[in-house]
Amino acid sequence: MNPPAAEVLLEVRNLRTQFKLRQGVVRSVDGVDLTIYRGQTLGVVGESGCGKSVTAQSILRIVPHPGEVVGGQILLHGKAGGAPVDLATLPAKGQRIREVRGGEIGMIFQEPMASLSPVHTVGNQVIEMALLHREGGQDEAREAVLDMLSRVGFSEPERTFDSYPHELSGGMRQRAVIAMALVGRPSLLIADEPTTALDVTTEAQILRLLKRLQADLGMAIMFITHDLGVIAKMADHAAVMYLGKVVEHSDVDALFHDARHPYLRALLSSVPRFGGSVQQRLASIEGIVPDPFRLPGGCPFHPRCPESIAGRCEVEVPVYRTLPEAADRGVSCHLHAPLGEPVAAQR
Amino acid sequence: MGAYVIRRLLLFIPMMAAISVITFILIQLPPGDYLTSEIMAMAERGEEVDEAAIEALKLRYGLDRPMVEQYFRWITNIILRGDFGRSFHWEQPVSSLIWERLMWTVVISLGSLLFTWVVAFPIGIYSATNQYSIADYLFTFFGFLGKATPNFLLALVLMWMGYVYFDLNMGGLFSAEYQRAPWSLAKVGDLIGHLWVPLVVLGTAGTADLIRVLRANLLDELSKPYVTAARAKGLTELKLIAKYPVRIAINPFVSSIGGVLPELISGAAIVSVVLSLPTTGPLMLGALLTQDMFLAGSFLMLLTILSLIGTLLSDILLAVLDPRIRQTV
Ligand SMILES: Nc1ncnc2c1ncn2[C@@H]1O[C@H](COP(=O)(O)OP(=O)(O)O)[C@@H](O)[C@H]1O
Ligand code: SF4
Ligand SMILES: [Mg+2]
Repeated sequence: MNPPAAEVLLEVRNLRTQFKLRQGVVRSVDGVDLTIYRGQTLGVVGESGCGKSVTAQSILRIVPHPGEVVGGQILLHGKAGGAPVDLATLPAKGQRIREVRGGEIGMIFQEPMASLSPVHTVGNQVIEMALLHREGGQDEAREAVLDMLSRVGFSEPERTFDSYPHELSGGMRQRAVIAMALVGRPSLLIADEPTTALDVTTEAQILRLLKRLQADLGMAIMFITHDLGVIAKMADHAAVMYLGKVVEHSDVDALFHDARHPYLRALLSSVPRFGGSVQQRLASIEGIVPDPFRLPGGCPFHPRCPESIAGRCEVEVPVYRTLPEAADRGVSCHLHAPLGEPVAAQR
Repeated sequence: MGAYVIRRLLLFIPMMAAISVITFILIQLPPGDYLTSEIMAMAERGEEVDEAAIEALKLRYGLDRPMVEQYFRWITNIILRGDFGRSFHWEQPVSSLIWERLMWTVVISLGSLLFTWVVAFPIGIYSATNQYSIADYLFTFFGFLGKATPNFLLALVLMWMGYVYFDLNMGGLFSAEYQRAPWSLAKVGDLIGHLWVPLVVLGTAGTADLIRVLRANLLDELSKPYVTAARAKGLTELKLIAKYPVRIAINPFVSSIGGVLPELISGAAIVSVVLSLPTTGPLMLGALLTQDMFLAGSFLMLLTILSLIGTLLSDILLAVLDPRIRQTV
């Protein structure tokens, strides 16, 4: 599906992010591996609470207190080649990560109204991004904002510039947020369930818009969703998450037609065949999601896994490994353990 | 925005009329009037009560007239001639008694408001952004202390400390030698040397309140998604907090403009007595006790109107700060 020359933009390796709460430690992200290629779309899919948003926040290092990135690597490769920056080790309030935020990685959120300040105009909030991450002064920034507003579909960008968020409809707000995320011309756009709060028609429009913007501007997209149907429409590759881990990572073709992980297979074999959220599909998988403070030992999926290997799955944590027959595919499951090498060992 | 301001200003007129009526009724409510209480006082002192003089006074002030007529007479004189009537007790026109005191009241109110803001703003922001730090706990502790200490007690303590440790008499607004002196730089300096005491005394409780409110509001705002979104833009933490959550958490500061005058009227009279401040409080208290109705009524009405203006100002400022208010009202 992806040309062999595809250039890696962002690699997340064994990322771990925890919230240290009084009741205990929540391991929201507990060994996540992702690869995002320049100009392509990686879908990240999983049921609610599996750590998708925290993964995205970890990449930008904006995990809310008391959350903290405690391990792993987030390697961002520059345009000119050279050594990548490890975002995981940058100081979260430092200059370098602030250049990355908005400049190299833009982000849009689930609830567009909540992610805009209600008391500042759209223009005020978007131009801030342009001033921070583009060359030139106020005039150039304004030009760039108006250009971006018309790119995302505002027919009267001047008017939108002076409007307040509450004066726009939900879909229009999300367009404004997209303009804000893209005006700094990042090479990666992280979209965290950008259409969950929208109705179906508006969702389709926003998805089309994102595809067109990707074709025009060439940025990669990390598309977070709980909807496998959206993955099928939008993504080149996809990572399936379960309880803070990536359980399977592959190109979308293989994901739907050659699924390896029992969790993914269960999701796919449940009706409806395509479309429908993970939640709907999950209803047909036995068992419930475990308590975040008392995750099961061994493979976190073993209490619900139909193929669980007795004596192994409940004690030994499976390691995420690439498949020997496809270097860009990875699975973390004991069924596939002997075949591949741990990713970490390869690097 | 313009329409909003005009609407609020138009509302102002019936509100003022209502206030004047209520004020008038309020000052008439206690049984008797100034003359009866004066007659009683004279009788108690064993003085001769001059019936003829009383009758003359009654006629002159229209006290024998029905209430409605008395009201219209009072209010038309105020509106048309700026004549607030005469004070029975002081035997002077009310207007010669009140303006200076009103001015000082406003000066001291605004001064203590300013003090409150200047102290509460940085502390509130610091406490919220450094929640549960040692300094946060300390500020919270002193905040409750400030809130719990009665104003007049704080005034007495400050005066006592000034007297014992600095050999200063901190009552009043001027030292004796400047009391009647014409305005000069030295007099202003003397004023400032005295003024800080009432500002601190009157501002402390409000400061404690405002810190708590700002801290709570800001904590609420800081966890909202738009703050995370702003952080994802690459703003520095300081800029981001100042531009977004503080801007929204600041509303109580603006609202406090409306509350400062009523506070000074109701709560600060005792402080003014203790500190011998030339504000409206002590004089008004006296006027109410002696049923000096035109004096009491004028104070009450003017202070209420000033409070209304304060509320109006704070509402307009709130609308400037928050576009959603402009739309809905
Ligand atoms: N601010 C927070 N404080 C404590 N726990 C959090 C916080 N944010 C997320 N979590 C926990 O992290 C886990 C993953 O959350 P999240 O990444 O938001 O899931 P989702 O996949 O639905 O986006 C959840 O168990 C959630 O309870
Ligand atoms: S490791 Fe074992 S329990 Fe976990 S998914 Fe694979 S087979 Fe199932
Ligand atoms: Mg989420």
